[in-house]
Amino acid sequence: MKRPSGPLLLLVFLLIFPLIFREGYYQHLMILVLMWVAIGSGWNLISGYTGQVLFGAAAFFGVGAYTAALLSSKLELSAWWGLPLGGLLSVAIAFPFGWICFRLRGPYFALATLALNEIFRHIATIWESLTDGMIGILVMQTFISKVPYYYVALATAILSIVGVDYVIRSRWGYYFVSIREDQDAAESMGIDTLYYKMVSLCLSAFLIGITGALYTNYMGFIDPKVVFSLHDISIMAILVGIVGGVGTIYGPTVGAFIMVAVQEIFRTGGFGLLNAIGKATGWPFMTTVTKYISEAHVLSFGLLVIVVILFLPNGIVGDWGIIKKIFVRSKKPAV
Amino acid sequence: MAFFEVRDIVKYFGGLAAVNRVSFEVQEGQIYGLIGPNGSGKTTIFNLINGYFHLNKGQIWFQGEKISGLKTHQICQRGIGRTFQVVKPLKRMTVLDNVIASAFLRHHSRAEAQAWAEATIHFCGLTHFKDKVAKSLPIASRKRLEIARSLATRPKLILLDETAAGLNPHELEEAIALIKKIRDSGITVIIVEHIMKVIMSISDRIVAINHGMVITEGTPTEVASNPEVIKAYFGEDYRA
Repeated sequence: MKRPSGPLLLLVFLLIFPLIFREGYYQHLMILVLMWVAIGSGWNLISGYTGQVLFGAAAFFGVGAYTAALLSSKLELSAWWGLPLGGLLSVAIAFPFGWICFRLRGPYFALATLALNEIFRHIATIWESLTDGMIGILVMQTFISKVPYYYVALATAILSIVGVDYVIRSRWGYYFVSIREDQDAAESMGIDTLYYKMVSLCLSAFLIGITGALYTNYMGFIDPKVVFSLHDISIMAILVGIVGGVGTIYGPTVGAFIMVAVQEIFRTGGFGLLNAIGKATGWPFMTTVTKYISEAHVLSFGLLVIVVILFLPNGIVGDWGIIKKIFVRSKKPAV
Repeated sequence: MAFFEVRDIVKYFGGLAAVNRVSFEVQEGQIYGLIGPNGSGKTTIFNLINGYFHLNKGQIWFQGEKISGLKTHQICQRGIGRTFQVVKPLKRMTVLDNVIASAFLRHHSRAEAQAWAEATIHFCGLTHFKDKVAKSLPIASRKRLEIARSLATRPKLILLDETAAGLNPHELEEAIALIKKIRDSGITVIIVEHIMKVIMSISDRIVAINHGMVITEGTPTEVASNPEVIKAYFGEDYRA
């Protein structure tokens, strides 16, 4: 009874969140967190549980996003159809990609996914007759209020967590983890490793693709630089997974909260704190510092990864025992 | 038609014939020994049977079906299990989860797979370690885990690769007892082993290999008294 209370409390909080925080800014941040929960869970399935590091989450995210945008701009359908169709189209891309590239192991597979990411970014940039290239695509938003988007994002996040949890407890989950632990042993246990790696990748691509389509609906504007971004999507997905805890159900949730917070703190220069100090003191160099810090958020990602890998190699959820111990010890040093 | 048959198999690594025209037959219910000095090609033969390496020439037949050319997991599905000489436990999973993952091959529901996994763990004498993480096990138990995981796929033929290496005398006795128990449960066994005490006491027939070629084949006493075998193991001076 005691263990699931944490996630349950969080769920209740998230359900009533938009009723408490009515300001658009906070709702916006929480929508981002929820989208990252879904992307992180998808990444975690293929990389955390199956052990095949995905360096190109943005390929599936962007395909989902462009599916939604093109349905609206070219076919004049609702961009909401992009959610199921974007997910399916991502799977349609993951399938042949996996069939070819899962013959590669370890870092070689990771590099192939990186290439997939770049290929799609270039296609979206160059194929101007379809995608309008760098100009991007504008989609009319359905709602003015952020609340409906919030609940769709919440539903997507819950779907991804419950879905991943269900898969991991099943036969598939056992096979995924066996492949991660030792691919040769898995083969000799009668597991078709190529097939199950593809199953895992397709499920991941589906979750990430749906979220991409949701992003288009919510933001109302996409361009190749944003949705196929290597550092803002692909690397961010890895960070959400690693910081939260690779191969844990709630890791991506914790990771999403932390990473969105870190990104936002840097983007806004400590929520305007640096700016305020600059104005109060009148030091001209503070303006320069503020400008550089907000541009240096990618650097902060790097530092964060170093800290996490050094001290919490299994992420915050995976090493929760260690974190707890630090606090318990500092309270009762006698024991 | 033999239960299991290796016909004239050849495997080259570069210009070196690691396995050169090896043939042998195994009857159902036997414990069949595969012996030879270090580097003579025993594990390579297992890797060829198992589909981990591709054959350059020859064929492998199992229960009237040609299995050479199939993939490793397909060969396991046909009913051939194997253990690894250098053990490959699924380190961060518990012993039970290791074996459940294997049991899913023949049992699709989680409950059935778990029941069969627990029975297999009990059969291998690992019940005590059931909830331990695999990487925390001592070597003797890791070797048993290899066997348990292989048995959980319900094989008709099991390939045991040096399951007795690195064990102390007491553990050795237990290992021999376990191998006999596997045979008595109706599974045919092919065993690679260095420890003569083990292989001589349990094998029904033995094939001796050196430099990738068959030296002799026969009952343990026939093989042990063969001058070529003695030469391969002890050198020229001991030639009978």
